[in-house]
Amino acid sequence: MTFIAPVKFAIDLLAVLLLALGIKGLSKVRSAREANRLAAIAMILAAFGVLLNSQGTIGISINSWIWIICGTLIGGLLGAITAKRVPMTAMPEVVALFNGCGGMSSLLVALGVALFPSADGSDGVVGELIRNFSIVVSLFVGAITFSGSIVAMAKLQGWLSTPSWTQSKARHFFNILCAVIALIGGIYLSIDGQNGLFLIVVASFLLGIGVTLPIGGADMPVVISLLNSYSGVAAAAAGFVVGSQLLIVAGAMVGAAGLILTQVMCDGMNRSLVSVLFGGALGASSVASGGGGGEYTNITSCSPEECALTLEAAERVVIVPGYGLAVAQAQHTLREVTRVLENADIEVTYAIHPVAGRMPGHMNVLLAEADVPYEQLKEMDVINPEFPGTDVVLVLGANDVVNPQAKNDQTSPLYGMPVLDVQEARTVFVVKRGMSAGYSGIKNDLFDLQNTSMVFGDAKKVLGDLLLELKELGVGSKG
Amino acid sequence: MSFFSEALWVLLLGSLLGLELIGKVPPTLHTPLMSGANAISGITMLAALTLIIKSGENLPLLIIGSISLGFALFNVIGGFLVTDRMLAMFSRKKTRK
Repeated sequence: MTFIAPVKFAIDLLAVLLLALGIKGLSKVRSAREANRLAAIAMILAAFGVLLNSQGTIGISINSWIWIICGTLIGGLLGAITAKRVPMTAMPEVVALFNGCGGMSSLLVALGVALFPSADGSDGVVGELIRNFSIVVSLFVGAITFSGSIVAMAKLQGWLSTPSWTQSKARHFFNILCAVIALIGGIYLSIDGQNGLFLIVVASFLLGIGVTLPIGGADMPVVISLLNSYSGVAAAAAGFVVGSQLLIVAGAMVGAAGLILTQVMCDGMNRSLVSVLFGGALGASSVASGGGGGEYTNITSCSPEECALTLEAAERVVIVPGYGLAVAQAQHTLREVTRVLENADIEVTYAIHPVAGRMPGHMNVLLAEADVPYEQLKEMDVINPEFPGTDVVLVLGANDVVNPQAKNDQTSPLYGMPVLDVQEARTVFVVKRGMSAGYSGIKNDLFDLQNTSMVFGDAKKVLGDLLLELKELGVGSKG
Repeated sequence: MSFFSEALWVLLLGSLLGLELIGKVPPTLHTPLMSGANAISGITMLAALTLIIKSGENLPLLIIGSISLGFALFNVIGGFLVTDRMLAMFSRKKTRK
């Protein structure tokens, strides 16, 4: 059986290569789908490598096979069903859920090895202290990833709100306490390999909850991305525990790539990672400092009927979809409205802000699902010069990304954030549920402008009414 | 200690590779990329597999390993499928053009 080790080695190398190519390819539109498949193939290869190697060296008992098949079938089936069933609007929650489960898996491996040291995969090659330390890291990061991801999912689903105590200083105290307890547990465990095990697990769980709970819905994608990076770190730590270099390299890759992605997302939202994690809700501080505050003085509201009349007379219409549209799941109704407009020879384009939707890039996915042609989606830099020549802009559930303060008001907390210059257009309709502020909690100067009218209501309902009005006017029904 | 020092090199180089792989990502792909990378982090299934194989007749360990494997595969299979579903929408739009 001497040939097995080199074969396994070759398989591992190939798997790492494919994984790297996969991550690389996923960052380009043209190659993304193939890249995703490459990565999936790499995973199958890697699993095959482990099975082959074990079969050749220590053998796999029937008993082990049964448990392997059970775990594979149940986990795999549930995963496949979830992936097929979930609506596209719920994507952020699902990614969080999957991610939490990955963290849980690393945690359980470390737990198993800690409880039954005989199962140590490296057969004494790794020193005891290092092995224990790897277990500590794996437990700690795995637990934070799991509880953090589950809280993130629950908050995005609306199952959990933000308790008021989490906005006070008390949460820092709570989190520091948890971290210290986890650290003490970790030191204990590193030294003797048994004590402190559950101390660290429980404290890390609580820490994950304590850090994630205060964070607002719109910042959640950044947190999920960060937790995604953590689950890579947890996998790498599990690699140290069971002595698998493939696991270490793959985990490290995901961890590092996830960190970069988190940074890219933060840049798009003009937020720093530190302020997302420790700043709490942006609104509280900005109101206190007085920047960007003030009352609305000149709000014009109008009905869907007036909106339809204006749209009928327009030649160029730009749609600005935002978070509210995604939450109301109104993308299909929107598509019907734009179809009617297109039939009436009105030019319709979509202005996509980099962080539109519930997660960066999410809006593109949602509109693609509703059959909006890819070429009608325009990125911010492309569409901004076109606003002066636009008749009507329809802002659907977006707020901060169309706030002119970001360009005009140096005292505004939003100042410097890239925004869509919708106020340059002739008429702007803002569809919004009420006068509440966006997630930044800042007054939107756009709403006060002469050429802006508010249409109050849920995005889906307003679009439905708009559709009826347009049809009544006979727009788009040629002949 | 040789495994450990080798493993540290692997960790270092793997991290550097990860940092280099994603330079500029178009915003369109943030969501799929996150979901895809997330699926890959389910590679911890290899650790779960190893655990089950090494546990022999130790029933509690077999159970822990099996649950761990289930969680990991939920992440991997779900992650890849959902990423594919998202990306399929983009490619469909482009081929029709």
